[in-house]
Amino acid sequence: MTAQITPQPAADTLERTFLEIRAKLLELAADLDRIERGAGFEAVRDDERLQNIRKALQVLLEPGTDRAERVQMIFSDPYDPHWAD
Amino acid sequence: MYYIDPHVHMVSRVTDDYERMARMGCVAVSEPAFWAGFDRSVEGFRDYFRQLTEFEPKRAGWSGIQHFTWICINAKEAENVSLAREVIQMIPEFLDRPGVLGIGEIGLNKNTRNEATIFQEQVDLAARTDELILIHTPHLQDKYKGTRMILDMLRRDSRIAPERVLIDHVEEHTVRLAKEAGHWCAMTLYPVTKCTPARAADIIEVYGDDRIMVNSAGDWGPSNPLAVPDFIQEMRRRGHSEARIRKIVYENPLEFFRQARNFQFTPPDTEPTESAVGV
Ligand SMILES: [Zn+2]
Repeated sequence: MTAQITPQPAADTLERTFLEIRAKLLELAADLDRIERGAGFEAVRDDERLQNIRKALQVLLEPGTDRAERVQMIFSDPYDPHWAD
Repeated sequence: MYYIDPHVHMVSRVTDDYERMARMGCVAVSEPAFWAGFDRSVEGFRDYFRQLTEFEPKRAGWSGIQHFTWICINAKEAENVSLAREVIQMIPEFLDRPGVLGIGEIGLNKNTRNEATIFQEQVDLAARTDELILIHTPHLQDKYKGTRMILDMLRRDSRIAPERVLIDHVEEHTVRLAKEAGHWCAMTLYPVTKCTPARAADIIEVYGDDRIMVNSAGDWGPSNPLAVPDFIQEMRRRGHSEARIRKIVYENPLEFFRQARNFQFTPPDTEPTESAVGV
């Protein structure tokens, strides 16, 4: 596989994206608050989509450079290699 | 910078879009055949293929954009196997028309048996007629499974050269699979359901700039026909060289398209010939 090419140093990327990341986190926090204060929250507390959102949030807390790929897999149907049989 | 949008459904866009794309540096588009938002009859497909090969190149030309196209029955309407087979029988009528690059966008939508059957029949048609193949991979939770199924089917057909196939709509969890199988890949910059310019730039930084391109997949849904210039801007902001950006948005699509039997492209900086200048 081709060598990785990331011209921007980490500090520059952090500088450029910090406010965007903060805004995205607030957006997410407010979305989750809105779901939880809506009527009938108990009925969706364990909805598969919410469970997957919690799993994805866990992935964000772990170190690494493949978190986007791991979050994608949380929201993906499993593949069965014998699908054609 | 000149660029090519290698996947955009211009029949769903207005002439003003061509004009704005041209002003942003777009010199060519390639337009795969797709779902119109409703299921059509065989004759409806014939009219659509005529639109793609007759009127759309003319309309693109008004803005100085070269128009290329792909012919097929899309995965969604392929669920109707008998209709799909009638359409497949008609496709060869259009394959020798100017601007036709191959069979596409074929693929899977909900990963069903019928979709897989018709996918394989269109891969067979491409093999028999020596056409390039452009592949639509499913969206959202169906993408990973569907991409694996598509790669399985391509691997099983020994007539298919991997470098003559483009796997479209790749994202973080499917790009490696497509590249390792030897195919070309494309990333689609589409609001909410697909990739953003920033994530597409990330994928380039991780997987390199070989055999990969970006497109807007602009269509009748919420989409942005100027998404490729957004990607160019994102790459520039990060300090990527003009040469690398040009490779992804211009040279790579040309390198893939040049394998098509029918491909004839006039580079934008070509001096006009005397006959074209007139007197
Ligand atoms: Zn498309």
